[in-house]
Amino acid sequence: MSDLKVNVCGVEFNNPLIAASGTFGFGREFSEFYPLSVFGGVSSKGITLKPRLGNPAPRIAETESGILNAVGLQNPGVDHFIEFDLPWLKEQNTVIIANIAGNTVEDYCAMAEKLSDTDIDFVEMNISCPNVKSGGVQFGTSCESVGTITDAVRKHCKKPLMVKLSPNVTDIVSIAKSAEFYGADAISMINTLTGMRIDINTRRPIIRNNTGGLSGAAVFPVAVRMVNQVYNAVKIPIIGMGGISKWQDAVEMLLAGATALQIGTILFNDPYAPVKISDGIKEYLDNNHFKSVTELTGKVQLW
Amino acid sequence: MDTIKYDTRPFKLLKNEQIADGIFEWTVENDELCRLAKCGQFANIKVPGKTLRRPISICDAADTTLRFVFQVKGEGTKIMSEMKVGDTVEILAPLGHGFTVEKGKRYCFVGGGIGVPPLLYSAKQAENPLVITGFRNKDLVILQDDFKAAGAEVVLATDDGSAGVHGFVTDVLKERLNGIDVVCACGPTPMLKAVANVCRSKVECQVSLEERMGCGIGACLVCACRTKPRDGEEFMSQVCRHGPVYNAEEVFFDV
Ligand SMILES: Cc1cc2nc3c(=O)[nH]c(=O)nc-3n(C[C@H](O)[C@H](O)[C@H](O)COP(=O)(O)OP(=O)(O)OC[C@H]3O[C@@H](n4cnc5c(N)ncnc54)[C@H](O)[C@@H]3O)c2cc1C
Ligand SMILES: Cc1cc2nc3c(=O)[nH]c(=O)nc-3n(C[C@H](O)[C@H](O)[C@H](O)COP(=O)(O)O)c2cc1C
Ligand code: FES
Repeated sequence: MSDLKVNVCGVEFNNPLIAASGTFGFGREFSEFYPLSVFGGVSSKGITLKPRLGNPAPRIAETESGILNAVGLQNPGVDHFIEFDLPWLKEQNTVIIANIAGNTVEDYCAMAEKLSDTDIDFVEMNISCPNVKSGGVQFGTSCESVGTITDAVRKHCKKPLMVKLSPNVTDIVSIAKSAEFYGADAISMINTLTGMRIDINTRRPIIRNNTGGLSGAAVFPVAVRMVNQVYNAVKIPIIGMGGISKWQDAVEMLLAGATALQIGTILFNDPYAPVKISDGIKEYLDNNHFKSVTELTGKVQLW
Repeated sequence: MDTIKYDTRPFKLLKNEQIADGIFEWTVENDELCRLAKCGQFANIKVPGKTLRRPISICDAADTTLRFVFQVKGEGTKIMSEMKVGDTVEILAPLGHGFTVEKGKRYCFVGGGIGVPPLLYSAKQAENPLVITGFRNKDLVILQDDFKAAGAEVVLATDDGSAGVHGFVTDVLKERLNGIDVVCACGPTPMLKAVANVCRSKVECQVSLEERMGCGIGACLVCACRTKPRDGEEFMSQVCRHGPVYNAEEVFFDV
């Protein structure tokens, strides 16, 4: 029997699948389908220092093999998360990743500090949200700003720190290197690609925010390419995501260089996807005589 | 983890028929889930080849079957209209909070167009309800006999007068408000606003809203509706979980 366990920065995950931030809330809703331990870990909805109402609706549009979303980081704030959501999540037998976002470097540092004194296992710093006016993605698009914010948050964060990268950049490799250099313990990638859909009858964008972030199967090849490029340039582990929809995609992303995976959009289509994907990975490992899923990471042989 | 079977909530399509211009009716079967349905709830239906499921209201429910009535709008509903009897359909249902129908009150159900179907199962829960249905024209009229069979008094209105009363549902509602305790409405947003205005400070009004959805269960927060509960603070609620039915006074119709 093959082993699905992975270890990222000293944190053990029962399997490499993690629920992607923002698609899974704080887990309560999906726990009506299955125990959350079907996931190796859960990344929380993006949390900010103060509660946020988010953008007006519509916040979602379907695209060919994907979706655009512009939720705008609606969340109850970090204190509410710590008081009401974390205690429940802690009982679910899965690794807890707190995904944080902010308007200023100070916001991120303050949250990292608060979360350092809690039972969470990992901090995921989202410097790549395309759907809020200030902050978010602006931190993630230049090496200097990624360096500055990683350096600052690293000093306030006692938990392992993963930095979530935006694909909306010209050179993702140098950004990843900058995050690594300034103290990131891991990298998660990719966040959504900015896109737009227009209703041809009303001649208005479908999403009230005009633009939204593209996710789902449509972005998968872009994500695989970026994960592989970054894998070849950094030493820290990569949590790969972007369009993983079936076990074959999961294996592909691991081969590209990911140590663990996040899945998001596919959950809207099929909430049972994590169960099917981890069973599929296991079968692949058995059929190909791998003992552990960790053997797949980065195993692609480039031409 | 090995103990979890793939409970993808399969339903069997028992019936797929066109009942009016561009409008189809489905009956689906599932032994466990149908009996849980309450009036005004909805289902999130997986459509082959589409990333997102399609939210469709439960029109009627029995022990092992659900009925849906839907209009072909775009690609997803088109594919649904072409599915074959005997096909397996993956459906998450029942979802959301529906209409509250209590004993001892007189109910009026107001539906516009494709907003009419969700009212059928609801009307069945009420005693001698009044049902006001509005359509653009006679080719789009649906479910009149079903409401009558459920013991309701049914009023039909069309925008162009090609069937029933010539005019809007709100014209009829204004004249019939006497003796009504609660109005339950479903239809296009301008109609819901108009119905809420007619009811304001006279009778309780419940409205069923539509919003574009992702997960359908309250996790992804894409189906936002600005809401102010009577005794609470304003917040962004999820139409899929707190709704789709709200007290009209709690909803900001204009964002
Ligand atoms: C709670 C609820 C109950 C509903 N009940 C019914 C019903 O009983 N009968 C019926 O005919 N229709 C109903 N609708 C509307 C129905 O969901 C849409 O008409 C349908 O999703 C359109 O899909 P499409 O692929 O044909 O259109 P497209 O325009 O191709 O769809 C593209 C995307 O937009 C979404 N979308 C488009 N229009 C709407 C809409 N009005 N509301 C929500 N999402 C939309 C689709 O789900 C899809 O994700 C309901 C909507 C909601 C939210
Ligand atoms: C509705 C929605 C909300 C999201 N919210 C967040 C968020 O709050 N923070 C974040 O870091 N990423 C967020 N994301 C991005 C996802 O975590 C993920 O990076 C992206 O969707 C790609 O993976 P997928 O194709 O498997 O969904 C969101 C995605 C979606 C679809
Ligand atoms: S559709 Fe995901 S929260 Fe309503």
